[in-house]
Amino acid sequence: MSVKVFIPADSAALSVGAERVAEAIAAEARRRGLDLAIVRNGSRGLFWLEPLVEVETAQGRLAYGPIAPGDVVSLFDAGFLDGGAHPKAFGRTEDIAYLKNQQRMLFARCGIIQPLSIEDYRAHSGLKGLTRALEMEPKAIVEEVVASGLRGRGGAGFPTGIKWRTVAGAVADQKYIVCNADEGDSGTFADRMLMEGDPFTLIEGMTIAAVAVGATKGFVYIRSEYPHAFRTFEAALEKARKAGLLGPRILGSNHAFDIEARLGAGAYICGEETSLLESLEGRRGQVRAKPPLPAIKGLFGQPTAINNVLSFASTPWILEHGGKAYSEFGLGRSRGTQPFQLAGNVRRGGLVELALGATIRRLVEDFGGGTMSGRKLRAVQVGGPLGSYFPDSLLDTPLDYEAMLAAKGMLGHGGIVVFDDGVDLARQARFAFEFCAKESCGKCTPCRIGSVRGVETVDKIIAGVDRGGNLALLRDLCTVLTDGSLCALGGLTPMPVISALDNFSEDFLADPPRVAAE
Amino acid sequence: MTGAAPWDVALATRIIEEGRSRPGAALPILRALQECFGYVDKAAIPLIATALNISKAEVHGIVSFYHDFRPTPVDGDVLKLCRAESCQAMGCEDLVAHLAAEHRIEPDKSSPGAPLHVETVYCLGNCALSPAALLNGDPIGRLDRVRIDAIVRDARSAP
Repeated sequence: MSVKVFIPADSAALSVGAERVAEAIAAEARRRGLDLAIVRNGSRGLFWLEPLVEVETAQGRLAYGPIAPGDVVSLFDAGFLDGGAHPKAFGRTEDIAYLKNQQRMLFARCGIIQPLSIEDYRAHSGLKGLTRALEMEPKAIVEEVVASGLRGRGGAGFPTGIKWRTVAGAVADQKYIVCNADEGDSGTFADRMLMEGDPFTLIEGMTIAAVAVGATKGFVYIRSEYPHAFRTFEAALEKARKAGLLGPRILGSNHAFDIEARLGAGAYICGEETSLLESLEGRRGQVRAKPPLPAIKGLFGQPTAINNVLSFASTPWILEHGGKAYSEFGLGRSRGTQPFQLAGNVRRGGLVELALGATIRRLVEDFGGGTMSGRKLRAVQVGGPLGSYFPDSLLDTPLDYEAMLAAKGMLGHGGIVVFDDGVDLARQARFAFEFCAKESCGKCTPCRIGSVRGVETVDKIIAGVDRGGNLALLRDLCTVLTDGSLCALGGLTPMPVISALDNFSEDFLADPPRVAAE
Repeated sequence: MTGAAPWDVALATRIIEEGRSRPGAALPILRALQECFGYVDKAAIPLIATALNISKAEVHGIVSFYHDFRPTPVDGDVLKLCRAESCQAMGCEDLVAHLAAEHRIEPDKSSPGAPLHVETVYCLGNCALSPAALLNGDPIGRLDRVRIDAIVRDARSAP
């Protein structure tokens, strides 16, 4: 039997040469007359080791990484197909501390299975959650999700089960399931990784939601910056239809459900749920005032369960093992696990799934290994572009919804971006406004105008113009944005700004840059 | 980008016809047009308006709202360069400065006929391997000056 060699086709792995490595390994095997089967898996999320090549052996899967095409001959010379020693060998993949110290539930299969093989998916506990759900009363499914304590993983943290209960209780001829895969936050890639590495989990989760609330049609709105994820997910939908996982009788039951993938068009605001619904309906992605909630009046005016990729994808595990088992992970009112995403200036960036409540320091230091540049760590932004900048003194804050709120931050979608001492927090505050100005949908004045005024005010502070007055004005402006904006873009843009002001005030008081003489 | 078809009213009309019956048809139609022609020609706006029974102003509003839709064709390479926080932490702005100083290229400012178009994007979901970019749709991680120089060289020497 031929030896199995795993080389990820995840777009992050491809971005550092996984395709060329796969070609080089195939060519070298042919040259040596060796029989091997190359499997293109998703990523394990150890991006610092990508391209990560794994070989299936009697001892389990053995890891070699990061592999460049130039390493391939030496890998064969070292006998890597039998687990031979090599400077880039890491032993059993499962034993790599970075992976071993995680609590992988949602990402248990990602990087292990072949993403588009339903057989592989089933062999790794796939469809067990849905199978159980189909034996239950819809109401009981909803209550199982309520009992799990799962909260919206897109960033808002609203209890998923409660949302589903509202949709289930609404009376309508047509209800919809909408998945928000418009993962626009810098420092986040969990949705992308899951859609590329384990897409059937999302399909299964959305199908569970459909059965629970009585919906027959689903949409997945994927951002256009993820062309690879879109293609993989579309291919997965096709396979799911052929296998009877989607269609008029899902898994032979009396439930009908189908999913359509839609591509966004480069607008950050479409990650906001009402803006996403507008976009799906074929209009400008302008936010809607709430109420009515999408659960009552959502897509095309019908009751809609709209959730993030990770929220839907968490439900197969919950249905398989029970809501109570899920709720045993976590801290306080933050139950279950969160796929944290380590990014920016960090030595070992990647996906780290842990029970909610781990500290920022554990992520950044124990998993991340400090800065990539080797310079002193200065700031960590948690929760995407609308999240706070934390200094070293706040890194022992636990990553759960309430503790982050108490520390004047937010968990968001779980992105953690590390900066070394080269960062200037006044520039980062300026960027927060600049980003808001570019991405504002324009519907409400605080966000549309306030963001532009914010850029101007920070510019004046940096230039040393009436600093006392402008700093006071900046805080006042932030209050207006927080209290007066229609959605989270305007409402949370002050978060990075105020955290920069509070935690890194010296950056706003530095000597103004001298204007070069003409 | 190479491979885009020249503007053709009959072809555009066919694309619009094929997409008009889908719920929320405007975005899929615009995507299909840009996929085919590499941009959204302003001549398409009244065609879409008629097909979807909405005003031309509404169609224009949709086209101009989304960053992806280009008003003019591009025939060179397209480098979508991420300039969001994670890539900032790894020096993407140094790369922007390098592009300006060494190659006289400014993001989002190239003329339609330029061999390389550098476009600003915010996040490509490759943040553990920042700085990140997409070159004609192919992902690039750990982008550095050497790679940027090679991309510019390749674009300029293309036939």
